[in-house]
Amino acid sequence: MSKSHALVMLRRNFKHIARNPTSVFNAVLMPIIIMLMFVYMFGDAFSVGVDYIDYATPGLILLAVCYGLGGTATAVNSDMTKGIINRFKVMDVSRGAVLTGHVIASVLTNVIAIAALVGVAFALGFSPAANLAQWLGVAGMVVLLGFAAGWLTVALGLSAKSPETAGMAAVPLVMLPFFSSAIVPAEKMGPGLRQFAEYQPFTPIIETMRGLLNGTPDTTATIVAVSWCAAIALAGYLWASSTFKKRA
Amino acid sequence: MTAAAIAVSGLRKAYKDKVVLDGIDFEVRAGTVFSLLGPNGAGKTTTVNVLTTLMKADGGTIRVAGHDIATEAKAVRAAIGVTGQFAAVDELLTGQENLQLMADLNRAVTGDGKRIVADLLERFELTAAAGKPAATYSGGMRRKLDLAMTLVGNPQIIFLDEPTTGLDPRSRRTMWEIIRGLVADGVTVFLTTQYLEEADQLADRIAVLDAGRLVAQGTADELKRQIPGTHIRLRFSTAAELDAAARVLTDATRDDEALALRVPSDGGTKSLRALLDRLDEYSLSAEECSVHTPDLDDVFLALTGHTTEVDAK
Repeated sequence: MSKSHALVMLRRNFKHIARNPTSVFNAVLMPIIIMLMFVYMFGDAFSVGVDYIDYATPGLILLAVCYGLGGTATAVNSDMTKGIINRFKVMDVSRGAVLTGHVIASVLTNVIAIAALVGVAFALGFSPAANLAQWLGVAGMVVLLGFAAGWLTVALGLSAKSPETAGMAAVPLVMLPFFSSAIVPAEKMGPGLRQFAEYQPFTPIIETMRGLLNGTPDTTATIVAVSWCAAIALAGYLWASSTFKKRA
Repeated sequence: MTAAAIAVSGLRKAYKDKVVLDGIDFEVRAGTVFSLLGPNGAGKTTTVNVLTTLMKADGGTIRVAGHDIATEAKAVRAAIGVTGQFAAVDELLTGQENLQLMADLNRAVTGDGKRIVADLLERFELTAAAGKPAATYSGGMRRKLDLAMTLVGNPQIIFLDEPTTGLDPRSRRTMWEIIRGLVADGVTVFLTTQYLEEADQLADRIAVLDAGRLVAQGTADELKRQIPGTHIRLRFSTAAELDAAARVLTDATRDDEALALRVPSDGGTKSLRALLDRLDEYSLSAEECSVHTPDLDDVFLALTGHTTEVDAK
């Protein structure tokens, strides 16, 4: 049979997302609301040297990826705790399909959320200098980040005791962007926090996207960002696979 | 041997240092119903999990549908259907979508599976609710949907882990009818239950599991011969009355501690009247009279010398 199990799983996950208004709200609307909040309410209070919307958009893109993760963690965990994963495991179903389906659904949700976010950003006066190749670079970074964070989130979801704790486990990932250069430049933060913001994985990822959107790619940041994503994806994948095998 | 759908020998399983299954052996003939009977914590679900490839055994050889579960897990999975203890249906999908999902994932289903889905909805009387999300289904409907999902692809061997626990008596009977129907179609059923009546109603062979060991195995009739049958229990208010009654009812067994007599009986009104008449004749009266049919507790008491309470964890 040429039926692709991963595709069947993906279709199932999409139906879930579409039927769960909370996850749509968190994944797509929340980042837009946060963008409006920062740009209109706080934007004038920060002086970052450029138009605030131009500064904040790359960070908000990253934030949008993270906001989608809570839904993924909860969905994976409810599959695990409600016996759905066991049901798949006792069938002759391709072992990877269940998890891959969740990861791809997570990445596609990210892409949709970010497309919406960037659309709103343009409406608010976002004026990037990026050329087509640089835009593709941004898209690639988004997909890579979504993929890496997706595997890590799937692992978190599989390991958590209940859907509630799974949702909580994803909270650090949602909070982390605020402690990076997403909203304000790291050098404006207090000591300690500044070093944390400079060295945490999200900052190079944001700087990579910021550079690409400004038309001035930052090679060092890009290499660091891609390495972080590869490492996170690998760790998440290994953790998820071993939990999937062990937990019955 | 060749007709064995499931053959288990020396199955052992422990979690850390807690032994859950301590070397169990049994065989299930193809086309029959085998029931694993036992209280909570006896190891029933662990047995199902091992036989269905969800967990690895620590020891023993197990063949399901002729395949070794350790080395040919994939072939085993293609031959079995499993309905776990808790209805594993996708709540956000409709009944119809749940079945379609199973059809899409099952390699034995050729074509788009629409016919199979429609037939199963019909057979389980779920057609009217087919378009509603499974989250809105009642407990009985969920179990039916769960079982229908298990049947997609016509598995030869079906595992049912406590299929009627938590169901109301009516849904339970419906479930029994469905299981009988499966057997009539030639399917082998491996069933776990904590209800003696359920095993009695459905199973060709019953194995009693207690704290990880099989304490008895046989047909329902064979097991019943080992346990006390239906009896009438008479409780008296004083030891003197108990003594007097025991002298009259010579076939009764005494329980001095409870001041009670256990009188063998078929539980019918005729024998009950005869017993009461006999007590009257001697001007004896019991404080309490109850008709007792054997349940799992009696089986355990007879086979292990302790009740299920002790083992329930």
